[in-house]
Amino acid sequence: MSAPLLEVSGLTKRFGGLVAVKGIGLEIRPGEILGLIGPNGSGKSTVMKLIMGIERPNAGMVKVEGVDVAGWPSHRIARQGVGIVFQHSRPLHRQTVLENIKLALLPDSLIRLFADPEVESKAIAIAERVGLGAVLHRRPATLPFADLRRMELAKAVARDPKIVLVDEPFAGLTSGEVHDFSNLIRSFREEGRAVLLVDHNVKSVSALVDRVKAMYLGEHIAEGTAEEVMRDETVRRVYLGGAITTAARPEASFKDAEPLLKVEDVGVLYGKAQALEKVSIHVHEGEFVSVVGLNGAGKTTLFNAISGLVPYSGTIGWGGTALAGRTPAAIARDGIVQCPETRELFGDMSVRENLDLGGQHLSKAERLERTEWLFELFPIIKARQPQAAKTLSGGEQQMLAIARALMMKPRLLILDEPTLGLAPVILEQLSKALEKLRQTTSITVLLGEQNVTFALPHADRVYVLEHARIIWEGDPGRFAKEAGAGLL
Amino acid sequence: MIGRLFSARLTWVALAILVIGATLPLYVTGYILGILTLAYYFGVFAMAWDLLFGFAGEVNFGPTFLVGLGAYTAGIINANWGWPMAACVLAGALMAVGGGVLLALPALKLKGPYFGLVTLVAVLLLQNFIVIFAGITGGEIGLTVPDVLFIDDAANYEFALGFMALSGAILFGLSRSPIGLILQASGQDAVETAALGFNVAKHKLAAFCVSAFFSGTAGALMIFYLGTASVGTVVDIAVGVQVIIAAVLGGRRTILGAAVGAIFLILAGEALRPLGELSTFVVSAVALAVILFFPNGFIGSLLRVGERS
Repeated sequence: MSAPLLEVSGLTKRFGGLVAVKGIGLEIRPGEILGLIGPNGSGKSTVMKLIMGIERPNAGMVKVEGVDVAGWPSHRIARQGVGIVFQHSRPLHRQTVLENIKLALLPDSLIRLFADPEVESKAIAIAERVGLGAVLHRRPATLPFADLRRMELAKAVARDPKIVLVDEPFAGLTSGEVHDFSNLIRSFREEGRAVLLVDHNVKSVSALVDRVKAMYLGEHIAEGTAEEVMRDETVRRVYLGGAITTAARPEASFKDAEPLLKVEDVGVLYGKAQALEKVSIHVHEGEFVSVVGLNGAGKTTLFNAISGLVPYSGTIGWGGTALAGRTPAAIARDGIVQCPETRELFGDMSVRENLDLGGQHLSKAERLERTEWLFELFPIIKARQPQAAKTLSGGEQQMLAIARALMMKPRLLILDEPTLGLAPVILEQLSKALEKLRQTTSITVLLGEQNVTFALPHADRVYVLEHARIIWEGDPGRFAKEAGAGLL
Repeated sequence: MIGRLFSARLTWVALAILVIGATLPLYVTGYILGILTLAYYFGVFAMAWDLLFGFAGEVNFGPTFLVGLGAYTAGIINANWGWPMAACVLAGALMAVGGGVLLALPALKLKGPYFGLVTLVAVLLLQNFIVIFAGITGGEIGLTVPDVLFIDDAANYEFALGFMALSGAILFGLSRSPIGLILQASGQDAVETAALGFNVAKHKLAAFCVSAFFSGTAGALMIFYLGTASVGTVVDIAVGVQVIIAAVLGGRRTILGAAVGAIFLILAGEALRPLGELSTFVVSAVALAVILFFPNGFIGSLLRVGERS
């Protein structure tokens, strides 16, 4: 067997107190495709950035053909033979596709005022290889989404890297485009390049990869062929949860004839990417509904559509009337309160000030009563009152964000991925608080999660969102058997 | 291809305008020539600024820091030690480049508004320095320089026009070269540009040096034209704001547009002089309207039309 082109060992990265990557090691040989998978917040993208030198590792080795490049600046690592295909990038908008590709072929020199003549022909050849031959002289803004991704691929290939890192290769592509891209990536294998594909789950890359490595919370959890990793106990627990006791109430037990929230055939376009397609869900008064899906499936987009933050097609009904045309503020005042994935706390304000802000519209007596109730629900928040919100730990911030949303007395509380980046022990506290909320109040909750362990125990009903569409609906008891495989 | 054809056409248009500009002394008064001479130096300030903002993506709120360094260095050397003019201008330009490197250091560390604040503070520091060391700088009254470029209005005018044309050609050529492309990419997405193997810091530092060189040279030449250097003409923040407005008015990322904007701004200010205090107000209002409704500026909007065709 040939020596590995890329050899990573003991790679560690800390962001403040959070250890995003803990002693990760991996090897890729020439002509090999390795899939690096993990749920949101698992540190897989950070690993990619560390290899490319976009972030500097705190410890560990990144060897490219035997040369340790850990801690080098990106441009030197690039010249050492590493290329990256970003998921999002900002191309040169005033230049044509061809000029964008030519950029990647230029030397890193301050004295070369004229490009070599062969740059043009090389750029054209690369464009044709990735399927951009027909749009050479168009500007990026006029291209469909898949062509923009092709252009990114072309730029990475232009430098003839020995190691190619690809971030979420198939995100936002149609099945035909996925086929084209797979063939392109396979051609890298034939050319003897080492390829690292970073994605959320095994399923999306299984047809392409030789090996898969799975990560969770910054640590290695499994490695092997796609089938082996999908069968792995730890991987299954991370993606699907262990034995879950559910406490679902049957849908018929909710007495309202017309559901409180009724989303019908909703579609959302982000530029050229279809973020939601004909999505229909409903939530009864007092019900706890979970929307499960991987990062990028469209959960946040769905919630933003409900909150009036993004334009959509289709209808969203709230208590019998349509929400279309109402401002986000009016929708929030009407009782739909969203607790976003990014938490959006006021970092420089104290914990108490953040809470008071949420209760601005309440009378003083009511606000105090509400605050007391929240302190009971989240005792840790009480202890932290005078602290600046940004000094709280991730879990405490999440609790504060939920508490602030509850201060607004929502009729429907939307929780968008509350578990993002939180340690298991914090999840348990959060889970207990949600359970208490469900048992002691009649609040209606719509929860978006990719962490199934967290999403299922409280849910009365579950929807599975995949690639912008609802693909499964049912009670949590049947979830693992019927819908679990799609999430691995 | 269309872009290249258009830029070729642009070259011809620019040449034609230059030829017409060169014949102006035959039929306009010395007073107008004087105003245009100033406008041309101003045009170089604005073009140099556009290289930094439009291409490298660095928002420099203090273009007069570089201009003032060049102007005062040249002026002080000439007034105190009597070096020949060419040596003074060169010293001014080099001093400005030094200042550019000094500005580049925080620019490579800080982002957005914080770097902008540093550039503002740099101007205030320079201004304070000039006022405090009045003994050699002339302080608030200004510094009289013994040497002048030319006595004759027309000669001064032709020299300034030639200087602007040369600077414009170099800066424009640079912006259209591979280096310009790499600079634009660095300004738009530094992470990706570095991942493509380009040393972003090196290219940005070079942009700062080039921008500073032209700002400093233009500043130095302008005081040898005026015969005096004063805070109000080459350092004051208000002057810097005018440079920025000129560049944005003419069109960001066009280089040549910056010169057009500067000439327009100076001429408009002069034409409206009968309005007295109101003239500044009217010119500012027009500038605001252009920025609001044609954010691509004069030349930028023209180029857009060219790009679509």
